[in-house]
Amino acid sequence: MYAFTYHRPTTVRQAANLLAKHPEAKLLAGGHSLIPVMKLRLASPSAIIDMNHVEGMSGVEVKGRSVVIGAMTRHFEVAASQTLKDVMPALAGVPGSIGDPHVRHRGTIGGSIANNDPNADYPAAVLGLGATIITNKRRILADDFFTGMFSTALEPEEIITKINFPVAKKSAYQKFKHPASGFALVGVFVSKRGSDIRVAVTGAGSNGVFRVPQFEEALKKRFAPKSIEGIAVSPDGLNTDIHASAEYRAHLIGVLAKRALAAA
Amino acid sequence: MPVVSMTVNGKAVSADVETRTLLVQYLRENLRLTGTHVGCDTSQCGCCVIHLDGKAVKSCTTLAVQAEGCNVLTIEGLAQPDGPLHPMQEAFRENHGLQCGFCTPGMVMAAVDMVNRKGNELDEQTIRQELDGNLCRCTGYHNIVKAIAAGAKAMKGTSPSA
Repeated sequence: MYAFTYHRPTTVRQAANLLAKHPEAKLLAGGHSLIPVMKLRLASPSAIIDMNHVEGMSGVEVKGRSVVIGAMTRHFEVAASQTLKDVMPALAGVPGSIGDPHVRHRGTIGGSIANNDPNADYPAAVLGLGATIITNKRRILADDFFTGMFSTALEPEEIITKINFPVAKKSAYQKFKHPASGFALVGVFVSKRGSDIRVAVTGAGSNGVFRVPQFEEALKKRFAPKSIEGIAVSPDGLNTDIHASAEYRAHLIGVLAKRALAAA
Repeated sequence: MPVVSMTVNGKAVSADVETRTLLVQYLRENLRLTGTHVGCDTSQCGCCVIHLDGKAVKSCTTLAVQAEGCNVLTIEGLAQPDGPLHPMQEAFRENHGLQCGFCTPGMVMAAVDMVNRKGNELDEQTIRQELDGNLCRCTGYHNIVKAIAAGAKAMKGTSPSA
């Protein structure tokens, strides 16, 4: 790991000022994506701004027809939240499938979303539920937030503070885990909230998380596995690597979407 | 170099460290607490598991400066130096839950955390699932699973470890 200066703000404003002062800085949340890439020297930020001492950025709250999750809420806390399990068990189930218990004690929802790893689970839930990302500057719709592999609409001095998830009437997440790493080879999040139907896919796209419009259109008639029977997903734009071909991933999207619809 | 202060196994410690020092490095090299091991250094194997403010974390993926003001418990702090073994350590001994022993400190720390979160009655499936973040290359896990089930029962009535 290359050397860096370390900063420990206690407010979001202080953190934003530090970002402005150090253009090559990185925010440190759980650190379980950032520290490994720094060890490999794939990332060498000049400064680390540790968000772990900023007050009020953590917690799961149900507000009317929404669930609001603080950006620094650990995967462990989200998975264990009884309020969330009662209102939207599909969302509560997502962080429980990330990493292992020790990783879940550190990893955060804000960190996961800001990193936008193409194999991460949370982006599928955020896009699949049509969540709103709240930053120190503005509110960003999930559809506008994820802009490609490891990239987002966040501006250089912008910090995610909360994520607001509308409560869906029906939702489910199904993931085909890589047997060694546990990462999503493909993960599909489906939801129905009134006429808003969403199918979001992680793990498969070479540009990160994406929606499947042909499934969503077909599900307008009936939100059930049968509705998408026989609709093929094109392997164009999907990843091929040592774990799976684009064709296999395309096939898995259909299989997992059906499983999710059956579970929703 | 920033000063970092924390409590390790009940003792207040303070040192100047380079910002890039990992918590595991600080524990092993500064404090000479070499019971916490570095197996993979890529947050997979769990040999470096310690408790940070009462929760199991991988100390190879945590910076020492991040532990500022925290309460750290390592394998050395589970039992008193001259006292009997902690019930979980005793269960590993009794059930032969190790062969080479390299993964054992992490296994024991993960097991105690498991009991803190899930209680004293742990079935085999729960234990195997919860051991997702700890790799053993010798035993095939059977005796580790047995040891954790027995250790969990033996921990009944003991206060949760910090």
